[in-house]
This record gives sequence, C-alpha cells and structure tokens, in this order.
Amino acid sequence: MALYSDKVMDHFRNPRNVGVIENADAVGEVGNAKCGDIMTMYLKIDNDIISDVKFETFGCGSAIASSSMATELIKGKPISEALQLTNKAVAEALDGLPAYKMHCSVLAEEAIKSAIKDYYDKNGIEYDKELFAEGHDCAHCCDV
Amino acid sequence: MIYADNAATTKMSEAAIKRMIEVANENYGNPSSLYVFGQRAKEILEEAREDVAGIINANPKEILFTSGGSEADNQAIISAAELGKKKGKNHIISSKFEHHAVLHTLQKLEKNGFEVTLLDVHEDGLIRPEEVEAAIKDETCLVTIMYANNEIGTIQPIKEIGAICRKHGVVFHTDAVQAIAHLKIDVEDQNIDMLSASAHKFHGPKGVGFLYARKGILLTNLIEGGAQERGKRAGTENVPGIAAMATALKEAYANLDENAENTRKKRDRLIEGLSEIEHSALNGDATKRLPGNVNFCFEGIEGESLLLLLDDKGIAASSGSACTSGSLDPSHVLLAIGRVHDVAHGSLRLSIDEKLTDEDVEYVITAVKEVVEYLRGFSPIWRDLTTGKKQFIL
Repeated sequence: MALYSDKVMDHFRNPRNVGVIENADAVGEVGNAKCGDIMTMYLKIDNDIISDVKFETFGCGSAIASSSMATELIKGKPISEALQLTNKAVAEALDGLPAYKMHCSVLAEEAIKSAIKDYYDKNGIEYDKELFAEGHDCAHCCDV
Repeated sequence: MIYADNAATTKMSEAAIKRMIEVANENYGNPSSLYVFGQRAKEILEEAREDVAGIINANPKEILFTSGGSEADNQAIISAAELGKKKGKNHIISSKFEHHAVLHTLQKLEKNGFEVTLLDVHEDGLIRPEEVEAAIKDETCLVTIMYANNEIGTIQPIKEIGAICRKHGVVFHTDAVQAIAHLKIDVEDQNIDMLSASAHKFHGPKGVGFLYARKGILLTNLIEGGAQERGKRAGTENVPGIAAMATALKEAYANLDENAENTRKKRDRLIEGLSEIEHSALNGDATKRLPGNVNFCFEGIEGESLLLLLDDKGIAASSGSACTSGSLDPSHVLLAIGRVHDVAHGSLRLSIDEKLTDEDVEYVITAVKEVVEYLRGFSPIWRDLTTGKKQFIL
C-alpha cells in the first residue's frame, strides 16, 4: 500500500490555489523551518466572505496536500465557517493521513486561523482570544 | 525506473540468484547432519566462508555468518564490551554519524554503565585519526568507526585509525556495510579487528551478512541454541543465502576497478550537474567518497516532496529529511557534519551503480533541477530568502 491516499497524492501533484495574493486582506504564517514545515495563507475577504485564498508551503507531501485541501474547504465560505475548520476535517477530506503526518493538517488549520486573526487585528475587530490560543508547539516535533 | 537507491538495497545479481536457487534445490540438507547429503551443505557453507575470508584477507575461522549488518554490528560491539568489562574497561569511542545499529547498541551499553564518547565529524564528513587517539583512555575497550558513511558516502581513514588502536591495545571495529564490494579491504593491512558486512548491499540476498572477528577475540552470543558457527551464533545456517552472498561478493571483486571507475565518472557528472542548482551544496568530501554516492542539500525545499516528485518521474532516490523517516528530526548524519535543520530537511541522496547509463545521468540532473525549481516556486522559505528577509545559508 502506498504511503498516501490517492486524494493526498492528487492534491500534492496538482495543488489548488497555490501562490500569493498581492495586497491580501489577511496573511497567516505558521510552522518552523527547523521542523520542516512552513505554511503561509493569503486571504481576500469581502463582506466577511473569503472570496479568494492562496497558499505557499515548504514541507512534505502531506503538508502541501493539507494546505491545498484546506484552501478548497474555505474558499467562498464566511469567516465564521472557516474558523470552524478542524485539522480532522482536512485529514478526512484527504481520505486520511498517516498518524505521524497528522501535524500537517494541524498546521493547515492553524494557518487559516492565523490569517483570520491577522484580518481581525488589522481591522480592529474584537474577537474571542480563546479561539486563537497558541495551540501548536513545535517543541514536541523536534528539539528546537 | 531509474534505480538510484543502491545504498538502501541492491538488485540481486543473476549469478547470485542462480546460486541461491541451485543450493536451495540441490543442497537443502542441514549442515549439522552427519550423512553425506548434510555434509555437502556443510561444504558449501565452508566454501563460502573461504571465499569471503579470502576477499578481505582474513582466515575462514574468523568469519561468522549473521542475518546481516545490524546483527554483525550488535555482536561486534557487545562482544568487545563484554571483553572490556572483564578487564575493568568500560569506555567506548565511536562517532556521531554511525548507523543506528551501532548508535542504538551503544546507547544500550551506556544504560548498563559504559561510557561512550561520540566523536564529532568534520564538515567534510571525515573523522580525524588524531581525534580518535586523543579520546583513548586507559579504560577504552573499543573504537567503532564506520568504513564509509551510508548517507554521504565519505570514506574514513580506516588504516590510520586501526594503527592507533593497535598502538594503544584497543579493539577496532568497523561497520563496512556500505564500503565492501566498492573498495578494496584488507583487514591485516588496515589493522581491522572486527568488520561487519551485509549481502544485500552488494547484489546479494537480504537477510544475510557476516562478521569478521580477528582470532583471539572472544565473541558473545546474541542467539543461544545449537553449536552452529563455532558455537557463537545458534540457528541452522541460511545456506542458500550464504552461498549467494559469496557469489555476489566474488563477482563484485572480480570487476571492482572497472565498476568503480565507471561509477565514479557518473557520480562526478551528477555532482557537476546538480552543483549548477543555485544555493545547493554537496554533502561530504567530493573525492573521499564512495564511487556511487551523491548527496546534496537544496535550500528552500523539503526532501520528501522532492522524492515523491522524482518518483513520479521514474527516479527512486532517498532523503535525509525528517518526513521520510517517520521521525520529525532530519538526518543525524547531516546534523553531525554541521548542516542546520532548515537545510538538512532539503537533502537528496542518489546512490548509483555502474548500470546507470549516461542518458540516465542527464535525465536525473534535468529532473532534479525541474523539481527543485518547481518546489521553490511556492516555498515561503525560498520567498523569504530571495526577497532578502532571510539570509541564504548555502
């Protein structure tokens, strides 16, 4: 059996929404080069709707596939809905990830949250800080 | 498919396959049985032992057949440690970039009261004999240094290290799994006391290897049972595998110079071609390396994605990236030669043999260039590097 599902390989080989949005309304970057994964998410937001999204990723196959899938899952959705996106939903949409690759889907969830937080901060919008708790600790991945 | 992962394993040679089948078919007797049919199997075993011993200039009695390189490494180290313990010596010297079969055995010994010194490896991927000598103490019972590194292919100054160990009366073991069949080995001339080898790295079968242990070194059993292998390794011998290993080894040494020269030319062309990729670096010394080893770091990309895309282009290769290993740390070998995490994640190992054609070599160079450029195209690290937000390391 292959390491990755066909869906992961499809999103890895043909990633959706790759690139940069110039003058994006929000940008979120998470991860750490030391750990081997960095994701950047760019959002275009119109009336609380994510009208466009693009990503850049340095990472393994599942990191690239998770980023790609996450962008598909939030494109055209209201911010409130994008905030509900969990790493599990990303992994499930990819027909699963190997256990030791689940952190890639966590990174995708966090990249989106980080971008939305950037949007709130830039626009002075109040939000529940609990939603953006610093969940990801790279220290558990490797000796930082 | 272009197979460029011969350091992981090799395709069995036709002669080795033929020998394995022949022995399995015709000589399935147990070498421990008394009747002629069993004794014929015993003869085959002893012929193989003579062949293997002859190639490394050892005595057949000094060759112990094992299940492979890892078992040979374990037994060598544990035996030397046991011998040391009897003399009140509990210090072992090794290096930071050994194979895990060595490092994990040493960790186990550390828990049992041994002191282990792991020498630093220099940026060129080489260990300095004078640093080995400086680390030797009265309590040192073993120095274990690999002959050639499995990831970056650098060839260590074995003869010099061996001479130092002789001078100080310390047992010297070398893990020669990657070196044997690619380099000339003479255990007498090179002052080697113990040496580990594995058949599947030189076109022999998997699950077979051997340990050379100089006469006088008492081995500790890892497997208890019958009196096979002079009582030092129980279990009915893998006669077809051992016979095929000897065939593969003889074949490799019959064509050693020609194959090495041929492979080296292709290696150097790969190194030349891949060096054209900006912000890349060859890992390990350019000349003191195995004829078939090429290992590069490419800044701004991650190794697993590189491997998957090369696989799509029909190239089988390997990487020291964390993501390829199931752990989250990049290769301990690349870290040992001073590559930082960020760069170590973006490594590629090509381990070729003489069968690779010149067209294959050019195809690989083009393919790697394309994939690296593609991945850098959407890498946030590469963006930061090219916009000056981050400093290039390579």
